[in-house]
Amino acid sequence: MTPGLAFFYGGMVRVKSALNMLMMSFIALGISSVLWVLYGFTLAFGTNYSDADDGGLIGNLDFLGFQDITADNSDMLAFAVFQLMFAVITPALMSGALADRVKFSSWALFIALWISVVYFPVAHWVWASDGWLFEQEVIDFAGGTAVHINAGAGALAAVLVIGKRVGFKKEPMRPHNLPMVLLGAALLWFGWFGFNAGSALSPNGTAALMALNTQVATAAAILGWLAYERIRHGAFTTLGAASGAIAGLVAITPSGAHVTPLGAILIGLVSGAICAWAVSLKYKLGFDDSLDVVGVHLVGGLVGTLLVGFLATDGLGGFEQFGKQALGAFAVMAYSFVVTYLLAQLIQRTIGFRASEEEEVAGLDLAYHAETGYDFSQSGTGTVPAAGSVPVTADAAAGEKKVDA
Amino acid sequence: MKLITAVIKPHRLDEVKDALQAFGVHGLTVTEASGYGRQRGHTEVYRGAEYTVDLVPKVRIEILVEDSDAEQLVEVVVKAARTGKIGDGKVWSLPVDTAVRVRTGERGPDAL
Repeated sequence: MTPGLAFFYGGMVRVKSALNMLMMSFIALGISSVLWVLYGFTLAFGTNYSDADDGGLIGNLDFLGFQDITADNSDMLAFAVFQLMFAVITPALMSGALADRVKFSSWALFIALWISVVYFPVAHWVWASDGWLFEQEVIDFAGGTAVHINAGAGALAAVLVIGKRVGFKKEPMRPHNLPMVLLGAALLWFGWFGFNAGSALSPNGTAALMALNTQVATAAAILGWLAYERIRHGAFTTLGAASGAIAGLVAITPSGAHVTPLGAILIGLVSGAICAWAVSLKYKLGFDDSLDVVGVHLVGGLVGTLLVGFLATDGLGGFEQFGKQALGAFAVMAYSFVVTYLLAQLIQRTIGFRASEEEEVAGLDLAYHAETGYDFSQSGTGTVPAAGSVPVTADAAAGEKKVDA
Repeated sequence: MKLITAVIKPHRLDEVKDALQAFGVHGLTVTEASGYGRQRGHTEVYRGAEYTVDLVPKVRIEILVEDSDAEQLVEVVVKAARTGKIGDGKVWSLPVDTAVRVRTGERGPDAL
């Protein structure tokens, strides 16, 4: 899913920082996967498997370096590998909010710190069998709070520290490649079946229901978003369809195993329309969440997490459950927002989080990756100098390579 | 001689080419262009954010003709390019001092 996210976000930015946007997801794959084996899994699920009592805040270190998780212990190994996917995509989701303006090295450090102090504990709260929100019976089947509300609240906090892109609300910042956005949305949709149905942890009826609900909620959310757009802005846009699909996927994630297909359609329609409205908030409130992580993931996550309180059909629905859902959503939102804010401040005040204005205006691809995504020198627009037009030796090329400060 | 320049909607290019051929024009130059007139450009919407795109795609056609044909040719182009909707474009003509056929060195009307 995370490579799909890379394309979804990558197409939405401007040409000059397209590679950087793709790389923000790929570095999350790199860092989070390694940390998951080193200490992530044990912090998130350690106590779950060892039955120690720690108040449900964080796992113990029984499985440091995946010790005792072997092929002989296949159920646990499969679970640990499956959960890795969630640990990878959650920090990557936040990259959309910070598009086009952060230092790559700082982003990499941010991911490493963020999953360690925000994601691993929150995953423990929500999903470990002794996690304190799990014990409060908060429903989060596949990540509405642990993934989407968590990433959405973190994105908002980080954006408030980083500030707006140069030219926000003044210059056009149109997506540079909408087919790529749709490709990314399609890959995400496909991957989400594994994410959602797989959370049943076995090929049973719950998995089948989750797969169906994932499909129909996503479908309905496309309709909800497009209907809102047609009424409000007069067009059915491609970006709206892609965004609606993601909003539906987000909203059904916490709730899909506990609602009927009709309930899933309702959740989809509501999340599509509400998220379509919510993405305009950044212009009204004046924060620059570049690719609408708050509008889609925080708001979509809240819609799904709260609605399941009412729509749950397996004897869980009602005001009492709604209260539990609100507690879970608020606790994760508050924790993620506060800790992420402090982390982003720490990075900003030490090594600097934000790219220089010169780098930002010129585009981050050249500044941090020594590459450009596209060569337009043959198409007559002349915006990018022809690559390799001047022969250079390997040494000279290495000497000229820009180093990430 | 006159240089007739027309900036028109891209989808009318075939009609204009056919009309010029029927009139007896042997050669023309076509360039992709962009611009706007009184109506300005169009509006694009991305997640509710509206962008006004001033410059809209056009094609620019240039034709060299003899003085005697110029007036009539302008009419031919205008008629073929017209859709009656906003943004149809413009046609104008300018006097030309010299024209040379590069292959033979012929000058003036012989070069057309």
